[in-house]
Amino acid sequence: MEPTISFFSGFAPKDLLFLGEAAVRTMWISVLSISIGTVLGVIFGWILYEGKWAAALTVAPILDVFRSVPLIIQLVLFYNFAPIIGLNLDPFASGVVILTIYTASLVASVARGGIEAVDAPMRRAARSLGMSYWQDLRYVVLPIGGRAVFPAWVGVALGVMKDSALVSVLGYVELLKASQILITRTQEPFLILSIAGAFYFALSYPISRYAASLERKWAQ
Amino acid sequence: MFDYNFHWRPVMKSLPDLLEAAMLTLQVAVLAMILGIVIGLCLALIRLHMRGPLLWLASTWVELARNTPALFQLFFFGFGLGSFGLHLSPYMIVLMGLTFNCAGYLAENFRGGFQAIPDTQIRASRSLGMNAWQAYTRIVIPQVFRIVYHPITNQMVWAVLMSSLGMLVGFRELSGETQFFASRTFRIFEYFAVTAVIYYVIVKLILGASRLLATRLFRY
Repeated sequence: MEPTISFFSGFAPKDLLFLGEAAVRTMWISVLSISIGTVLGVIFGWILYEGKWAAALTVAPILDVFRSVPLIIQLVLFYNFAPIIGLNLDPFASGVVILTIYTASLVASVARGGIEAVDAPMRRAARSLGMSYWQDLRYVVLPIGGRAVFPAWVGVALGVMKDSALVSVLGYVELLKASQILITRTQEPFLILSIAGAFYFALSYPISRYAASLERKWAQ
Repeated sequence: MFDYNFHWRPVMKSLPDLLEAAMLTLQVAVLAMILGIVIGLCLALIRLHMRGPLLWLASTWVELARNTPALFQLFFFGFGLGSFGLHLSPYMIVLMGLTFNCAGYLAENFRGGFQAIPDTQIRASRSLGMNAWQAYTRIVIPQVFRIVYHPITNQMVWAVLMSSLGMLVGFRELSGETQFFASRTFRIFEYFAVTAVIYYVIVKLILGASRLLATRLFRY
């Protein structure tokens, strides 16, 4: 009997390691863009709050574009635009840039809501106690407003973590791309997708539950 | 600095095709939203009033939809079901994926809406002689609709943006069509720039229409 040649090989334990490495890359790109994006977003939120009509005419429409165009289009567009202006970015760098701006545009409105959540009398009281404008922001607005919008921020951060799966279109091998590669080789889509999905779920579910319980506790 | 010649002519030539594809995007998003609202309503009611296997099913649906990437859900309907010999057309994959996702997100919004209506209102309407169906359709649902109107609008925008993922499962909606033309002409940046503008316009139209509708619906 002739030996049969198969182009597909089954799911092996070492593939779990491959998926694990990809999961670490998903975490890494998410953590990086969420942390930079949050800092930028808070600054934008402050500009939106203090800038009044000037910000409403300049910063707000620009941030709005990033919320109104699909992330996948933004990624492809930026990845193909960067070489035009002479930047040579690898998929990871392009992904971080776009995810960061995307996070910032979402966090900006959250941060603005946080600043608005602190009543004017409270801030006047802080100023009349002799605090400077920045001390007022740091010691009054940040703790009170930050607490008010923390659950919303967690929602944004988890959303970006999930959306980081889209960086795979640029060829960055994160969790979902890795599972696609494995599916092509092993032809076991159900098993591998379940593992990938379980990972996202295990990351996202406890955090969203924790944020919801915090929200309930603080509401009382 | 610019060592690149922009070629907009091929894009302009295929603009009618892109606009036609945009209609397909809208169609699939609207269908998914209608199905999502109906299913989401059922899921919310089940989670509020029922116990047993149905509750488990509804909770699993909602948590899976909210805690895994939309792209993962699309892949699952696309490739995952292939394990069971179920091969769906790209249109069905996108429609089912979007519906699954929208229903999960909307269910949570509806649940919040239902919880905001005091129980006493239902008891009052029941004691006025309405049956359960009448009390729900005449008293509760209209009020809940008002509460969830804004989240539904947001979800509609998300549905349009999410449908762009159809590109990755071979669906020729706006993004898929763009991808098709872009890879045929190598004018990737130009095509995706125009597509981004089309998405932006669609999103603004939806938001504008919903605002107009709201002023008519909620006049008093």
